[in-house]
Amino acid sequence: MDFRLTSEQTGFAQSLSELMTRADSVAAARAWAAGDHGPGQALWKRLADQGVTALVAPEDEGGLGGTVVDLAVAFEVLGHQLAVGPWIESAALFPQVDGGMVTAAAPPLSPYALDADVATLVSGTVGAAHVSVDTTRRLVEVSDADPVDAEALDRATLATAAQLVGCGERLLTDSVDYVKQRKQYGRAIGSFQAIKHQLADVRIGLDFARPLVHGAALTMEPRAVSAAKVAAGDAAYRSARVALQVHGAIGYTAEFDLGLWINRVRALVGAWGDASYHRSRIAEALG
Amino acid sequence: MNLELSESELAFQAEAREWLAANVPSEPLPSMDTPEGFTAHQEWEAKLAEARWAVVSWPEEYHGRGASLVEWVIFEEEYYRAGAPGRVSQNGIFLLSPTIFENGTREQQDRWLPSMATGEQIWAQAWSEPEAGSDLASLRSKAERDDARGGWVLNGQKTWSSRAAYAHWGFGLFRSEPDSQRHHGLTYFCFPLDAEGVTVRPIAQLDGEPGFAELFFDHVFVPDSDVLGEPGQGWSVAMSTAGNERGLSLRSPGRFCATAERLVSLWHSAGSPAEFRDRVVDAWLGAEAYRLYTWGTVSRLVDGGSIGYAGSVNKVFWSDLDVAMHETALDLLGAPSELRGPWMDGYLFSLSGPIYAGTNEVQRNVVAERILGLPREARG
Repeated sequence: MDFRLTSEQTGFAQSLSELMTRADSVAAARAWAAGDHGPGQALWKRLADQGVTALVAPEDEGGLGGTVVDLAVAFEVLGHQLAVGPWIESAALFPQVDGGMVTAAAPPLSPYALDADVATLVSGTVGAAHVSVDTTRRLVEVSDADPVDAEALDRATLATAAQLVGCGERLLTDSVDYVKQRKQYGRAIGSFQAIKHQLADVRIGLDFARPLVHGAALTMEPRAVSAAKVAAGDAAYRSARVALQVHGAIGYTAEFDLGLWINRVRALVGAWGDASYHRSRIAEALG
Repeated sequence: MNLELSESELAFQAEAREWLAANVPSEPLPSMDTPEGFTAHQEWEAKLAEARWAVVSWPEEYHGRGASLVEWVIFEEEYYRAGAPGRVSQNGIFLLSPTIFENGTREQQDRWLPSMATGEQIWAQAWSEPEAGSDLASLRSKAERDDARGGWVLNGQKTWSSRAAYAHWGFGLFRSEPDSQRHHGLTYFCFPLDAEGVTVRPIAQLDGEPGFAELFFDHVFVPDSDVLGEPGQGWSVAMSTAGNERGLSLRSPGRFCATAERLVSLWHSAGSPAEFRDRVVDAWLGAEAYRLYTWGTVSRLVDGGSIGYAGSVNKVFWSDLDVAMHETALDLLGAPSELRGPWMDGYLFSLSGPIYAGTNEVQRNVVAERILGLPREARG
């Protein structure tokens, strides 16, 4: 019994995080949204060099033979740093030993393929394009996609949950920083209980979502994966709503970076199975 | 990272499960806050102690098993899963005993711990006062030095004193330095509730039973031998174990997991009505999150870490979860839910969770100020 990340895992997370901060992952995300894939592709290659896409690929196939916990650790960082590109598809759904960027639709759970304009579509034919609330996510319809096996789908779902936890943590950190320095009525607004209690509830929600993500990564039981997705979605969404509320009008602008995470969370809450789908899966598993 | 139990832990689990299956009363005991229920719960404690299941983490010389923290959590899970009675000795074994182990003299340990373990002496906590609730440090009950008799004289009033209606001993803080402020100049006292000058006025709770009481102290003499820790150091004596891992801070997941399991069964037996699906799933999910979160905390503690302010994160979560699970069960039961029964009793009990041991508002302040680092607000 040792339900903690290893020092290798926390070290891996830290190095990925530093790499992305140095590479200005947020600027890369903005460029990606504007149709300039260059910075995002450069960052993709650097993260792929760290083994992110090959983490859970078996060693005898040239992968790193890591655990799903390793994958969850990486995806929390990807969420925290607003990674762009089809990471779920290329690292969780169809792990790429060579760092390739692939994408796929897996209807009905994931009806659109992400970033098919830059990534290799695994199967099917590209159809109409759609605009996501998260402008870094370029979605296209796909016809005749091959079915994806359940284990891979659960890995993708779990990676999404981990990414949501990372987004939620970032939104909380930025909110805490903001309310410490923003003054109204002569006081930092973070000294008001009405603000404190909302942020405390965000902290509590994230603290209880993460163990479900790590626990599910250990067992990969379908109901545990679904529980992780529901809890991570709820916790991250609460973090997004509170973040917007405590920032006020500045948080509502496209110019301020906060909105990038707010829209990312809203997109991921519904991606790879929404809460209703996953709750029904848990209910079935409970007998 | 792993969630696997060792062979010895699995053996411990099997032994606990087997004993509980054979010994847990088939019918629930009457409420521990009635005279006959109190006695029945004491008898249950004696039975637990005889088989050395009452205080598994205590040393063997005091009826324990020297169980590890992991084993304690395992035991708690098995205990509640088996539907075993609530612990009438809870104030003593979870709240007071860590302080006795840490600050008590050998004589005090030998005098108090064995009868606490067997349930022969039940202890009542006496923290709150009429003007000192969440703001405990504002307490005013006094202790005056009596050198002639070698002890202290207590005067004042305590309230919301759990179990005091039927308990034998009490413990609490008194202001022993007349002009001291806040958490300075307090002393930690233990006292028999039948001592001369102590008046116990039971207070009926929402369930109609006297689960707590007011205590009035009128020149109550307490000998030096019943002072816990150094005089004047009461606050730090009390707080030295406030974050104790085997107590209210690390509340074991057993009770909540068992409640979630029963709620799932109740839902199934009602034909799994679709309109309750999400609430039942969220109850299971919440209990599972709490179980895993606790294993994370336990892993840190086993490695020498401290629980820190996680106790506040914890408390808000489990107390809200407990209320939500019972509300869901009552809503599922529909019109008959108002009839007194296990779910209604559990519901009434759960309603106290967000209030006692520091209200959830105070806990949220702790999370915001101590964990998130937000500015403290002005306090009077």
